[in-house]
Amino acid sequence: MNEAIEILFTASFWVAAIRIASPLIFATMGELICERAGVLNLGIEGIMVAGAFTGWFTVYMGGDLWTGVFVAAMAGAMFGLLHGFLTVPLGLSQHVTGIGITLLATSLTYFTYRILLPEVTSPPKIEAFQPLAIPVLSDIPVLGPALFNQTPLTYLAYLTVAVVAFTLYRTPVGVAVRAVGENPSAVEAQGISVSAIRIGAVMAGSALMAIGGAFLTMSAFNSFFFEMINGRGWIAIALVVFGSWRPGKALIGAILFAAFDAYQVRLQQITGGVIPYQIFLMMPFVLSIVALVVVARRATYPKALMIPYQKGER
Amino acid sequence: MRLEPRAASSATATVVWPVAAIAATILISSVLVMIAGASPFTVFYLVFKGAAGSQFALVETLTRATPLIFTGLAVAVAFRARLWNIGAEAQLYLGAVMTVVLGTGAVALPSAGLIPLVMVAAMLTGALALLGPAILKTRFGVDEVVTTLLLNFIVLLFVSMLLEGVLKDPMGLGWPQSRRVVSEAQLPRLIQGKRLHFGFVLAIVSAIVVWVIMKKTVLGYEMRAVGHNAEAARFAGIPVNRVIVKTALLSGGLAALAGFSEVAGLKGNLTLDLSPGYGYTGIVVAMLALLNPLGVIAAAIFVAGIFVGADAMSRSANVPSYIADVMVATSLLTMVTAIMLMRYRVRWR
Repeated sequence: MNEAIEILFTASFWVAAIRIASPLIFATMGELICERAGVLNLGIEGIMVAGAFTGWFTVYMGGDLWTGVFVAAMAGAMFGLLHGFLTVPLGLSQHVTGIGITLLATSLTYFTYRILLPEVTSPPKIEAFQPLAIPVLSDIPVLGPALFNQTPLTYLAYLTVAVVAFTLYRTPVGVAVRAVGENPSAVEAQGISVSAIRIGAVMAGSALMAIGGAFLTMSAFNSFFFEMINGRGWIAIALVVFGSWRPGKALIGAILFAAFDAYQVRLQQITGGVIPYQIFLMMPFVLSIVALVVVARRATYPKALMIPYQKGER
Repeated sequence: MRLEPRAASSATATVVWPVAAIAATILISSVLVMIAGASPFTVFYLVFKGAAGSQFALVETLTRATPLIFTGLAVAVAFRARLWNIGAEAQLYLGAVMTVVLGTGAVALPSAGLIPLVMVAAMLTGALALLGPAILKTRFGVDEVVTTLLLNFIVLLFVSMLLEGVLKDPMGLGWPQSRRVVSEAQLPRLIQGKRLHFGFVLAIVSAIVVWVIMKKTVLGYEMRAVGHNAEAARFAGIPVNRVIVKTALLSGGLAALAGFSEVAGLKGNLTLDLSPGYGYTGIVVAMLALLNPLGVIAAAIFVAGIFVGADAMSRSANVPSYIADVMVATSLLTMVTAIMLMRYRVRWR
């Protein structure tokens, strides 16, 4: 039993937790932006697949790592544009369109993979992002290595949360994004286009989701596998609700969730096969559902979430 | 740009937009085929030939359509009442689990008793699987999209656990697979020596039954009312939550039938690759059918044809069979757009 508690005080556990949290932070921030603007984006799972592949493939073809991140973000933004166009001006069901985007992005990625790499049996590797210790800060016991001896993409994840939070609450663009998710007709009355703000938010959010996918192929691992996103997109959607649509709370949610995930892997090793490993693998998904139930009562959804807006209509 | 509801349904729009949707899907897939370095004409000819060009091809397409009819019906019923059941995959697998639990020798009965028993038990299992999310939705206000999606992963891991544990076939050479269902639990083949089985007939009958429920019963009326406007339905005295729960039971049961029919009719045992995403494809089938239960039959055969045809095509032409998944996803997006344009007029102002 002591062994199970001691895990919590090892640096390697927290290093793993932050690493697992990083792609979720990108994805959760991406979904949060979309939903704050009133658009549910169920394309997230497929957009992460596309981001994982495009980022990795760019580097595999000889591109720079940061170019890979940029290409992934662009690929995500393109799918975001499609989702935005279909759900905002055309007002199609956000559920159905989102599932369609996930199916399209996933199948297009797999198709492209097969065409570009027809002969490969084992997925080729790239030179991925390496951990970069930040001087002084990384010397703090336990927390230092966990927070400040990670790859640059993890630092970008921290930065993303700060930028998203600042933009949403401290800039005119952020006010407009929050307003189209709450009361779009008031925004239109100000002479601002609701459609433009919503589509822009969905594109920006989708770009972040794609970077979250790219984290897996370019930082956590160094190659692309089918099925590698494995529900992380859906978990990010649960984390947005859990974080009450606030970047700070969502960040804490993502880290707690990732800590739990890292913990179950280590617990699995201690228990040594007495409990079937599938039980441990189920835990993150079960935890997400439990978290949703806990917060559901006091969840305050953006008021215009999933409601298409038509000019001049009340 | 704004949308105006059409006052009267326009005959031109009803024809033009769906045709345009199909044309757009073909055009987009043609571009991809050309990128893969093949001729679209050859590829589409091969897909068509592989799906419907021979008796063998047709039988194969109908066999593949069978689980898609069930999952398509499950989604159509749920979406009609605006219950976003994205968990047909999980319900399918739980139906299959119940089929091997009861059908591999635990119950000794003649076919006439065993098949209906296993079928009903499988349906109940699937129904219960969706009851959870439905209650979370009605009692706690938890969004069922996320819970049903997450349950797909939980259930697949649960099945994997069973197949490596209590349900593992001791004669399976260590593979994670269940024992085979006894012959009394097997659905008969429709044509001697062909893979098409009685599950297809069951699927057609289910579609008709669901159509009758939707069009001719009070429950069907209530489901449509709840889907159209839950607030108004509540105001009119319809017990909205109870209708949602009933819808969930029906939808989960239908999805579970897909698992039952695949195991008892086709595969004979349960493995982790029983369904290549039939639950998710059911969403496409339901949308292509405009949520009409009888339309689901045609849509399922169409989608199955694309998959079966693309499999055959990719063996002879050098185009990955994932083109089928791209075509199916594209047709979903183009078709929902077409449906919208049939009902609304776009004004550019």
